[in-house]
Amino acid sequence: MRIELVKRPQRSALFSILSPFIAFALTIIAGAIMFALLGVNPLNAFEIYFVEPISQVWQLHELAIKAAPLILIAVGLSVCYKANIWNIGAEGQFIFGAIFGSIIPVLFPQFEGPLVIPLMLLLGMVGGALYASIPAFLKTRFSTNEILTSLMLVYVAQLFLDWLVRGPWRDPQGHGFPQTIQFGDSAVLPELMPDAGRANWGFVFALVAAVAIWLMMSRTLKGFEVRVLGSSPRAGRFAGFGFNRMVFFTFLLSGALAGLAGISEVSGAIGQLQPVISPGYGFTAIIVAFLGRLNPLGIVAAGLVLALTYLGGEAVQSALGISDKVARVFQGMLLFFVLGCDTLIHYRIRLIGMALVKPNGAKLEAAPKLEEAR
Amino acid sequence: MGGTVSANHDRSNLLEVRGLTKIFGTLTACDHIDLNIAKGEIHALLGENGAGKSTLVKMLFGSLEPNSGEIFWDGRAVKITSPGVAKKLGIGMVFQHFSLFEALTAAENIALSLNDGSPISTIAAKARALSFSYGLPLDPDSLVGDLSVGERQRIEIIRCLLQTPQLIILDEPTSVLTPQEADKLFETLERLRSEGKSILYISHRLEEVKRICDRATVLRHGKVVGHCNPREETAASLARMMVGSEVKAVVRAPAEGIETAPALLEIRGLSRKPATPFAIPLKNINLKVRVGEVIGIAGVAGNGQGEFFESISGEVLQQDAGSVRIRGKDAGGLSITGRRLMGAAFVPEERLGHGAAPRMKLSENLLLSRHATDGKAFVGSGGMVRNGAVYSAAQRIIKAMDVRKSAPDPEAAALSGGNLQKFIVGRELDRKPSVMVVNQPTWGVDAGAAAHIRQALIELARSGSAVLVISQDLDELFELSDGIAVMHNGELSTPLPIAEATFEKIGLLMGGAEPGHAEHSLEVA
Repeated sequence: MRIELVKRPQRSALFSILSPFIAFALTIIAGAIMFALLGVNPLNAFEIYFVEPISQVWQLHELAIKAAPLILIAVGLSVCYKANIWNIGAEGQFIFGAIFGSIIPVLFPQFEGPLVIPLMLLLGMVGGALYASIPAFLKTRFSTNEILTSLMLVYVAQLFLDWLVRGPWRDPQGHGFPQTIQFGDSAVLPELMPDAGRANWGFVFALVAAVAIWLMMSRTLKGFEVRVLGSSPRAGRFAGFGFNRMVFFTFLLSGALAGLAGISEVSGAIGQLQPVISPGYGFTAIIVAFLGRLNPLGIVAAGLVLALTYLGGEAVQSALGISDKVARVFQGMLLFFVLGCDTLIHYRIRLIGMALVKPNGAKLEAAPKLEEAR
Repeated sequence: MGGTVSANHDRSNLLEVRGLTKIFGTLTACDHIDLNIAKGEIHALLGENGAGKSTLVKMLFGSLEPNSGEIFWDGRAVKITSPGVAKKLGIGMVFQHFSLFEALTAAENIALSLNDGSPISTIAAKARALSFSYGLPLDPDSLVGDLSVGERQRIEIIRCLLQTPQLIILDEPTSVLTPQEADKLFETLERLRSEGKSILYISHRLEEVKRICDRATVLRHGKVVGHCNPREETAASLARMMVGSEVKAVVRAPAEGIETAPALLEIRGLSRKPATPFAIPLKNINLKVRVGEVIGIAGVAGNGQGEFFESISGEVLQQDAGSVRIRGKDAGGLSITGRRLMGAAFVPEERLGHGAAPRMKLSENLLLSRHATDGKAFVGSGGMVRNGAVYSAAQRIIKAMDVRKSAPDPEAAALSGGNLQKFIVGRELDRKPSVMVVNQPTWGVDAGAAAHIRQALIELARSGSAVLVISQDLDELFELSDGIAVMHNGELSTPLPIAEATFEKIGLLMGGAEPGHAEHSLEVA
């Protein structure tokens, strides 16, 4: 018994659009089975997981807080992936953005005023972009595989942050806790509507970035360049577009956006640096990018869905006593089904069983008899 | 309808095909094809590109499954479900594009496809014996990467013969051979025929079909339009059957005063080291293409034409800026965009994936090569693409080149090869470039479209541009060129003026003879 993927002659336009919805439905079904196995009524669990976390206005603000970094990172990654360049290390770029942006409030806390936030955001973007330039340089100079280098640099970034907050940047008055000082007031990203909830300007940055990248990809020559180099590199070279330049462009752009997400998260939602500042936003954003079909506007919707899986995970933990790792499980299933559905748009499955091989074998034996007959 | 269709299936026919049909979506690639191949005959399968020849052959070799129809092998109904089944029946195939591993020896390549566990030394001995008896000189221990295209084809033929086939299918075998190598191949084929083997010979070269084939089946638009004895036909009558109408002959007015005209494209001492172990190095190439002139570059595939094209186009840069000069200025250090801005235009050999991005619309593919040269017209402030202007320019090209398509602005991959090529050539002609470099302008293009493209290239030259055409199709070069140079093993001969060029002279150069040598050996002959 063998399974083969056979390329379809045509892709169905309808199913290309439906695919994320089918994937979502399949995730729900698989999730129901998982909840049932855990001994929880699936309907009840789904209500707690998907409905309750967004039933009040302040909860929508929480959703926006979680969605903002996912969207910011994912729109940057979508440009990389469209160019067929695989930046998997957004988590590390997120962390370096946070570290660079925190230089001002941690090392120069006496520096205050309206310039602090813009400078921190700028530094955050520079940090993310610089960190992303490492795999870009390695790829263009030594042809290393950017998937491996960018991924491995995530762990370097995580441990570097851990060392910083335990060592040189630790708050001297923090009773030995591994964290920096609390950021001053002028280093905190303002909330959008302080009366209604905690959502900060990070969500606005995410929406602006999504629209800007959408415009760039669909309307400008640069977007055209990304699409050509991603879909047919040789035609791109014929067009005069440089591949190495594109590697740097996409890594720097996605790194800057991940860095902006990092500093926004630290300055807005957390207020200081800690050993862990991200529940895996940089990795979850990969799912967001694909669930949004690498379209920045689709990514906004996908970012909200994935943000909900985080909130839902916390909700089932407190209400049902199920580990909040369930959020990871949901995200994993969603990515699995999205990629599965996408694969089936391009390919169909053919089962080649033993039963099918036999008649073939019979014919193979018939052939020599023909020879003898002659 | 020729051939015999009898109830008890005449045993004199080795292969009999009845009503074979293959449908792809809405396209009927093969529509109730009937075909009989007798024992010991060379049977030609004629047709333009897209006529259904490849589809038919793939069904006979088991790589495609027919929708309906019957195949009789030696009088018995058979189902050919895979190439393995075809081989066991006794059908062998020599493909147009070889499937050989360059880093392995000839014998190792043969062993891979035989896959019967016999030791390499046995296979090498068998191959050597076969190559000797059929007059196909081949050293089984030589590395494929070191062999010429003609020698590689011999490996494919010997590999096929080792399986003792009764029917051998040859797909455009001479398209990669010099005229002299083709003569040798014909001797082998006649030898095989005399042993009672049958050959299905696919070609669009009418003269050679007339020369060696006993019968011919002509396909057009997936249907059999006639069976005939090619020896009783003229090349023109065969062409009419293939195309369905008269093909307009290309008119080439004699070029006047070319010798003294200034050179628009000049190659001076161009050399290039091989980029990969099996790439061809370019060796001290010198060439001038003058105002009003079409220069053709002949040569067997894989003799450095691709490397040469990349070097002229600027996809690969030269260290010596003076080795490529466009309109009297050094261009060797400029990128393809820089060279385009100097007035040059390029059409590469591969349409899909090189000259055009398959999944992009025609208008986007227009932008592909003209975003810089027409920057003001096509790209606005902030890098925004003016989609309206690009779209209308694309429509202008479609109209000028008579590109047939199914939608107003379809994806490049949705067009037939000929129509896409017309668009790609038209895209560059529309710019009225002063230097035009084209690699294989009509490869895989139907006769009508080919005539259109060739005429357009001649007219571009006569209007004051310099045109350089690289092609493996000698007929095409003789139709187009004012002078023909030959590329062999990375070296380029001096162009022969068209008045002095003959197939024999060019053929000898393609085989690697020195220019002076060619003249000499002809005199001896």
